[in-house]
Amino acid sequence: MNAVFYLSSFVAVLSTLMVITRMNVVHALLYLIVSLLAVALIFFSLGAPFVAALEVIIYAGAIMVLFVFVIMMLNLGPQAARHERQWLSPGIWKGPAVLSMILMAEFLFIMTKGYHVGSVLTVEPKHVGIALFGSYLLGVELASMLLLAGIVGAYYLGRRDDDGRAQRSRRLK
Amino acid sequence: MTSVPMEHGLVLAGLLFVLGLAGVLMRRNIVFILMSIEIMLNAAGIAFVIAGARWGQPDGQIMFIFILTMAAAEVSVGLALLLQFYHKFKTLDADAARTMRG
Repeated sequence: MNAVFYLSSFVAVLSTLMVITRMNVVHALLYLIVSLLAVALIFFSLGAPFVAALEVIIYAGAIMVLFVFVIMMLNLGPQAARHERQWLSPGIWKGPAVLSMILMAEFLFIMTKGYHVGSVLTVEPKHVGIALFGSYLLGVELASMLLLAGIVGAYYLGRRDDDGRAQRSRRLK
Repeated sequence: MTSVPMEHGLVLAGLLFVLGLAGVLMRRNIVFILMSIEIMLNAAGIAFVIAGARWGQPDGQIMFIFILTMAAAEVSVGLALLLQFYHKFKTLDADAARTMRG
């Protein structure tokens, strides 16, 4: 498990370095997804399988999909097709693919060697759930209110501006 | 075979956090700034999980779940702001909004 930790730390740092130096947003997103997958493997090697799954599902799944949708919405225009051709140019995908292959090899290593490799103290999802809905219940309620505020805020800010201006001027009259 | 020393994990979390901070300071594109903020939040979460794994307690993972919730709310509001910004200024350069005329 030590080798898994160090190798995925290396992949995480390398791909994060690539994220902040890319010029193209979509290339940076590719590397960011690789970085998050590497962090998920780090969590697994530290004996935290529940947050490893959450990292893949929520960060690499949901939040990155949000980013991709927004980038797609921003590129509505005649130059979108040209950009699309640039993004599909061969060679761009090689870096993320190599890093993902390293992570895939680690994943296969874990799966073939069995779940408990080495003397890692694993915190099971059951204990996390018991603590989350036991002593941290107030925090869960506050998080739900934060998410509600996030939904309302995103809905309010996401409207088109002309729409809102018309409503406001109607209210002033 | 012993488990990973805690210091190495904390060094990793610090390294990722500094990379995210450098991204926020260097880039002028708002999408990159938001991605770098995600990297920084993720690094803080790594530090919590490592500290929780050190003592075998679930508290670190619970703090990570809260950070995840906060990051999801933050990124949804941030991306909605980004869309408004783009409709208003027709650019993603953060310097375009340095004068707040209301």
